[in-house]
Amino acid sequence: MTLQKAPTPRTAATTTVPVRSVVERLFRARELSLLVIIIAFIAVTTAVQPSYLLSAGGWRDLLRGPAMLVVVSIGEAIVILTRNIDLSVGSILGLTTYLCGDLMHATSLPILVIVLIGLAFGAALGLVNGLLVAFLDVPSLVITLGTQYAYRGIAVLWIGGNFIRPEWVPGSFKHFGLSQILTIPWLFVVGLVVMLVSGWFLSSRRGGRDLYALGSNPDAAVLYGLRTRQLTLVPFMISGLLSGLGGIMYLSIFATGDSKVGIGYEFQAIAAAVVGGVAITGGSGRVWGVALGGFFLATLGTALPVLNVPSLWQQAIVGLLIVAAITLDRAFFIVRQRQARKAVSE
Amino acid sequence: MSHLLEMRGVNKSFGAVAALAGANFVLDAGSIHALVGENGAGKSTLVKIIGGLHERDGGEFLLEGDAVEFQSTAAAKDAGIAVIYQEPALFPDLSVAENLFVGRQPYTGRGTIDRAEMRRASRELTKQLGVYIDPDREARGLSIADQQIVEIAKSISLNAKVVIMDEPTAALSGSEVDRLMGIVRQLRDEGKGIVFISHRFDEVFSLCDTITVMRDGAHIATSPIGAVTEDEVIRQMVGRSIGNLFPKQEAKLGDVVLEVKDLTSAGVFYDVSFGVRSGEIVCLAGLVGAGRSEIARAIFGVDRYDSGSVTLNDMGVPKHNPSAAMKRGMGFVPEDRRKQGFAMTASVQTNITLPIRNSLAKLGILTSRMEVASAATWARRLQVKMRALDTEAGMLSGGNQQKIVLAKWLATEPKLLIVDEPTRGIDVGTKSEVHRLISELAGNGVAVLMISSELPEVLGMADRVLVVREGRITREFARKDATPEAVMYAATHATEEVAT
Amino acid sequence: MSAISSQHSTNATAPYLVHGKPLYRRVLPRPEVVLSLGLVLIVVLSTLFVPHYLRPNANYTFSTLLLNATPILFLLLPETLIIATGDIDLSVSSVLGLSSAVFGLIYQAGTPIWLAAALAVVVGGGVGVINGVLVTIVGLPSLAVTIGTLALFRGIAVGILGTTSVTNFPPPLTRFFSGSVPGTPIPWQILFWFLPVMAFAVLLHFTPFGRGIFAIGRSSEMAAFSGVNVTRTRLILFILSGLVSGLVGVFFTLQYSNAIGSNGNGVELQVVTAIVLGGVSIWGGRGTLFGAIVGGLFIASFSKSLQVLGVSDDAIYVITGVALIISVVTASISKHISSRRRGTASPLQAGGD
Repeated sequence: MTLQKAPTPRTAATTTVPVRSVVERLFRARELSLLVIIIAFIAVTTAVQPSYLLSAGGWRDLLRGPAMLVVVSIGEAIVILTRNIDLSVGSILGLTTYLCGDLMHATSLPILVIVLIGLAFGAALGLVNGLLVAFLDVPSLVITLGTQYAYRGIAVLWIGGNFIRPEWVPGSFKHFGLSQILTIPWLFVVGLVVMLVSGWFLSSRRGGRDLYALGSNPDAAVLYGLRTRQLTLVPFMISGLLSGLGGIMYLSIFATGDSKVGIGYEFQAIAAAVVGGVAITGGSGRVWGVALGGFFLATLGTALPVLNVPSLWQQAIVGLLIVAAITLDRAFFIVRQRQARKAVSE
Repeated sequence: MSHLLEMRGVNKSFGAVAALAGANFVLDAGSIHALVGENGAGKSTLVKIIGGLHERDGGEFLLEGDAVEFQSTAAAKDAGIAVIYQEPALFPDLSVAENLFVGRQPYTGRGTIDRAEMRRASRELTKQLGVYIDPDREARGLSIADQQIVEIAKSISLNAKVVIMDEPTAALSGSEVDRLMGIVRQLRDEGKGIVFISHRFDEVFSLCDTITVMRDGAHIATSPIGAVTEDEVIRQMVGRSIGNLFPKQEAKLGDVVLEVKDLTSAGVFYDVSFGVRSGEIVCLAGLVGAGRSEIARAIFGVDRYDSGSVTLNDMGVPKHNPSAAMKRGMGFVPEDRRKQGFAMTASVQTNITLPIRNSLAKLGILTSRMEVASAATWARRLQVKMRALDTEAGMLSGGNQQKIVLAKWLATEPKLLIVDEPTRGIDVGTKSEVHRLISELAGNGVAVLMISSELPEVLGMADRVLVVREGRITREFARKDATPEAVMYAATHATEEVAT
Repeated sequence: MSAISSQHSTNATAPYLVHGKPLYRRVLPRPEVVLSLGLVLIVVLSTLFVPHYLRPNANYTFSTLLLNATPILFLLLPETLIIATGDIDLSVSSVLGLSSAVFGLIYQAGTPIWLAAALAVVVGGGVGVINGVLVTIVGLPSLAVTIGTLALFRGIAVGILGTTSVTNFPPPLTRFFSGSVPGTPIPWQILFWFLPVMAFAVLLHFTPFGRGIFAIGRSSEMAAFSGVNVTRTRLILFILSGLVSGLVGVFFTLQYSNAIGSNGNGVELQVVTAIVLGGVSIWGGRGTLFGAIVGGLFIASFSKSLQVLGVSDDAIYVITGVALIISVVTASISKHISSRRRGTASPLQAGGD
């Protein structure tokens, strides 16, 4: 006989209830807070320099500028969701920019075909990452650290001191980068579409929800027969594809590119993701938040010079945002746990 | 009439170790079938093969008369086999409803996930099990009992025909166990075949209709539950009759070694005060979840506490500082061997000498040669079965692994040894060795604080029994006054109700 | 007097062997051995085929190799220990840059050079404290923290110096830090390395502290339950990493007589590659400092030889990146093989067995 059988049954099983404090609810409404911060930021900057927002060029740049970062950050966020990381996004972006520019110069392929090639190229580079991480069970940190440099090295070897000349880029392509529909820049629309499609996928399709499951508890994912290899592989391909898209967008905005394009971009992508609410350990986060995070970061970049902060400090600010976002997330988590403990004892 | 599930002559080896050698097992629909056996008998391996986690090396595996071959856990699930593990594995960030449908979320006509349907089904399933759990709440924070309910709900919704439960009651409190047993009976009445793996004979005898004993990877006996006694089952498990399971030495009691005063940790335990004398074995008894391990961990310093004091031989023990507690003379054999007790990938030598590393070092320097003598001495004293000191600890059997953990703490020559569930998950033979060891320790003047959920072990080993209920010590029994009924009553009733 | 009598030992099995396998079977399969052989091979081949490889004349090829390798050799000392605990510190290159920037700025403002150097090292230690606190007390994953501080402190380094750089360091010091011991290809800088190397090697392999490091790498929960002060150990290692990175920043600046925020960019890749190549497990809990050092020398000599053969500098990055990937993949495969032997293929262990 053991002590498990009690003669008098207790009432309902005790469940630990996570207390939803006001602070926590605010923090969980991350997207809302971000939106407020962004609006406030733009307001302040516009007050200093009205043309920042209230001019044709200003409005266009405000919406267009962040599009590239939003697209790449969403790809990065999807990888982070599964408890991995992709440090090679900047290198993939840079390589794709040059590839497309070179193709435009050296061949007479239609722009659409070149764009598709660029996307496929990015996806292929991402596939390399994905295969190594998914099938060989190697930490993504190390793999993408390696490919970050390997791809960059290939870019330098291939490109050398060359650069894409603006004349190489067809006028229509450049025009696309600058033009708008109903005052909304096309590139913004691209970013919006990427956000909507990925958001839909992540919340309304099995493949998407299972990504969250994988990041939330990788061991259980294996046990419940989820296709963990596929679920690990696909985000890297998406990230590569979206980095490729980012490279194409770069080309359409700047009509130039050299071996240094995209260096350090991964930090901005990661910052956008964590500021936007994606847990660094995976399992939670929303694309809409990542988009806002990207918007916030890109806007910072253009607003700071107006506010007389030297753009040299931008990298420091990105780093600070990463550190602050993950620290605050963690601090709230600890507070929530402590409150839950107190709630049970009362 | 064909059986629901049949395994014949199944073999499985991991490297050189044969986990299953010609194992047989037969399960019928509408039956609760107990599967018992010592550690290393092969139960877990058999279950993992049925569940699709491993592939067998040889033998037959039939499901409803048809031969089957599962390449993955998903395939086993599709075939109607559900396995519920001791520690349910849910996805903390997903909601309860999403957890139920992970990997197979229903779609609406438009190709999006049908959340309304998931919620409805989730409510329906948990209601069937007699529980209310909000389908939208995230799984993080559910109690283990509730997590199990979710797992069981999942297996029902998967139309499982075979439900295997591996030590399901290990982490449950009394009423939760009753609730679970009611659910298991319900599942049986619905025609499912249930495999119930447990070391708890009272549960096995009250719940199951058939019992199969395994030993050394093979089938030993299958009998209707009414046709065997507990002793017979033990004999079948061990292959010999166990004489004195709890050889208790008479020990001379000395001065008080451990003194705990008013120890409190909000939400966990309150006003805990007691002492343990040299040569004495004090047992903390109580239901799972009462807070005993938490008290022990706080005393040793792995966990924090809010107020109170701990002294060892009249010296204060600082809080939250295991290394200081160790210096004062405390040792702690933790509950979870694999995660807390030792390192699977490290050698036996490294494992045993870890706590004593500072005392082995000379002038701050420590070499492997300096470790060898101590490691060999203590491994031998505990009769660890292995060939070489640099054997990876993970390669040893469960019983030998527990001996490594004991060896590492005995090597520190503690004045107080805390042991948390010292014989959990180890075979009957080693159990007896461990009990003899603890008795001998006490006989040599060590103060022992033991935590155990097995009443026979408590009553057999303890000089004094302290019953813990919901974080408080509610009753103390001297050895001669402790009876199973009295201890259990104290474990389940508030202080005011307990008759003196 | 021991707590259990020895009367039971007569029942015990035969006396235990210390080692289950003979020496050659224990040592030969280790990655360090293969790598050392590879290194020796490269040096021998280079001596034979590269003109003036070892001779201390105008070309100084071997000494340039060592000079280039010195920052890596320094940085991998604390990084190996950090990786052995299962953590990682990616911010080392940024701390190098920050220290260089601080060094240059303070020196330019008129401070005596030794004081400026000391302050730069202290700043490095300060970053180490920040990393350590975020990882141990706040409880964040070291990967995430050091990616953030990598960006943050590189950004600060670039920000404080702006577009300028400091180049007017005393020529005697510059000559010292870029020169070699007369008559040999051994750079003066490396002489500073020998004491730290011994210290770190002893710390990791021959002290209780080092045993604690490996225990944490295997399982920090088990280590805590065994009396290892996990928080203190990890914190100390991050601080050491910061201090060493700060020191390297000073040496680097003096060697090139150039304090600039971008100093050391990309060096973390080479450090991590050297360590992983040398057989230190990226998951923590096993490896040797010797292996990491051989790994560092191997990469340095391999790239140097390629350089001499005409392969451009930038190829180094590709090679290092690929080397990192290959070594981790190899390590992962052998981990799978040995865990299959152990029979622990399943992630969840349920109950007995």
